Amino acid sequence: MTAHIAYRELGNKSAFWILFLITAALAAAGLAAHLTMEHHGHVITGMDNRIVWGLPHVFAVFLIVAASGALNVASTASVFGKSIYKPLAPLSGLVSLCLLAGGLAVLVLDLGRSDRLIVAATQYNFKSIFAWNIFLYTGFYAVVGAYLWLMLEKRFNKYAHAAGVTAFVWRLVLTTGTGSIFGFLVAREAYQSAIMAPMFITYSLAYGTAIYLIVLLSACRIEQRPLGDEVLRRLKNLTATFVAASLYFAAAHHLTNLYFTRNHGVEAFILVDGGPITQLFWLGQVLVGAVLPLVLLLAPGVTRGRIVAACIAIVLGGLAQMYVTIIGGQAWPLDLFPGYAVSSSFADGQIHPYAPGLWEVLLALSGLGIAALLTVTALRLLRFLPERVDDTSLAQHEK
Amino acid sequence: MSENGQPSSGRRNILGAGAAAAALAIAPGIQLITTAGAHASGTHALASNKQRWGLLIDTSRCKTGCTECASACARENAIEPGAGRPAQNAQWLRKIELKDKVSGRELSLPMMCQHCAHPPCVDVCPTGASMQRADGIVLVDRHICIGCRYCMMACPYQARSFVHEPLHAQNPEVPRGQGCVEACTLCVQRVDRGQQPACVEACQASGGAAMVFGDLKDPGSEIAKRVASVASSQVRADLRLDPAVRYQGI
Repeated sequence: MTAHIAYRELGNKSAFWILFLITAALAAAGLAAHLTMEHHGHVITGMDNRIVWGLPHVFAVFLIVAASGALNVASTASVFGKSIYKPLAPLSGLVSLCLLAGGLAVLVLDLGRSDRLIVAATQYNFKSIFAWNIFLYTGFYAVVGAYLWLMLEKRFNKYAHAAGVTAFVWRLVLTTGTGSIFGFLVAREAYQSAIMAPMFITYSLAYGTAIYLIVLLSACRIEQRPLGDEVLRRLKNLTATFVAASLYFAAAHHLTNLYFTRNHGVEAFILVDGGPITQLFWLGQVLVGAVLPLVLLLAPGVTRGRIVAACIAIVLGGLAQMYVTIIGGQAWPLDLFPGYAVSSSFADGQIHPYAPGLWEVLLALSGLGIAALLTVTALRLLRFLPERVDDTSLAQHEK
Repeated sequence: MSENGQPSSGRRNILGAGAAAAALAIAPGIQLITTAGAHASGTHALASNKQRWGLLIDTSRCKTGCTECASACARENAIEPGAGRPAQNAQWLRKIELKDKVSGRELSLPMMCQHCAHPPCVDVCPTGASMQRADGIVLVDRHICIGCRYCMMACPYQARSFVHEPLHAQNPEVPRGQGCVEACTLCVQRVDRGQQPACVEACQASGGAAMVFGDLKDPGSEIAKRVASVASSQVRADLRLDPAVRYQGI
């Protein structure tokens, strides 16, 4: 029999208002950027007919992928029966929904005709993975929302396991859909691979858990609520495993591409001579996003500060990975005429440069702002965070 | 309501006035539909899968530096350079200059939407705005395009453009819109009137005669005879999208 878990809203009002104002300002800046872009058109951005998805997509896809992974702690508690995580599960569901909201907001606000959102909600082409994703995203809200309710409503706790399994399967399918957006692009040499889907799932596990840990550690510190060393030790080891798995998938993806001679050009571009793309891959995705966190998380004498630093590094590395994947994949020109050097007035045969403008930077950052704003507000208004997360109270839940 | 269940005269007047106002509001739309219908029925039947419109481009006749086709396309469809960077301008048809990396042989050819039989842009479009007519012409429904640009990511020919800024002068027959994606329509407004696409007409007028337009399914058409008698190829034929544009001499 497990003990009752007491949850309480955030009590530190000054910290809440500071966070609220900062995140609300970020969200407002993004909205202003959207209105400006809608008025003038995308001509005021760094995007063009070659780099059609820019920085807003980098942040949006990162947040959507991370949303799926933020559900890890809840899944580990409900699906895999690790009841030590049970008190931490509602926060996991909340962070997951807030990240998805941030990502989707940016995605929608970057549309050429975001005023036609109702069209996207009423007209479907079911051969499109994009259309499927619309159902997967909205369904995710319904499934995780129900899961949260069943977890928090004591009378229905017995159904939480079934809801947890549904949410777990749903988010795997959701991230498969997100990865497949790229995997299904037959003509783009940097993508067009079935590995994109499982690779995105692995990335999601690392990014989502890292963001969850940042939220948990920050909330407990601000609120001065006890957080046990044992649960942290397990969570940081779990994160390190996901980071290592992500590195493995990235290596497998590039090594597979290198095996095929026709892909040597695009691989050389990303790995060797792609300028900022190459730097972001090696310094951002590999060094900051994988090697550094692995050292910080696994070297002896780990502290809470080191765990937070590792998680921030994972987030920065994840953004670098999305930049390399999304911008790098478009920067490499399509090869319409193999064996020919080509030129045209439409930049055929050239590596396409991209420099994000102010408006798209603001829109992109607002995704983080919206996700954080929703998380902070929900934690202030609703009871998601346990009063005690120390090892003794958590041990009472472990069977 | 009056006692006998009929609308009272005052109410009838209001209803009548409302109906008249509604009729006035709808009338111009009806007029447009009628005109469009008359247009279509007067010259050409509805698009049919008995036809497949296509182009054959003879690269040996296409001159390096000649941009008559691209200029005619821009004129016909009212595509003007915008205020942004060149890569932000719409280009429905562009000339590509090619040089064989081994032999040094040089070629020039026009590239535009290839009107694939299995178009990836139509597959990926979430709303169905990217669509294919029965006669194979691939179009964008500007009323339901949300500007997500996924079709631009999917097109192997980079044939699509996104409208990056407000538009001013437009050809009423070729509606365009800021925030939507667009591409070569094979000058569908001309084809439906029994005319040739503007690029083909301009190429012939300039004496180039590098472009032939017609029905690939009509064995008696010039394009079908040429395709049956000379070697021609489809760009990125390895993707098996079966484009309706064929090139001779590459």
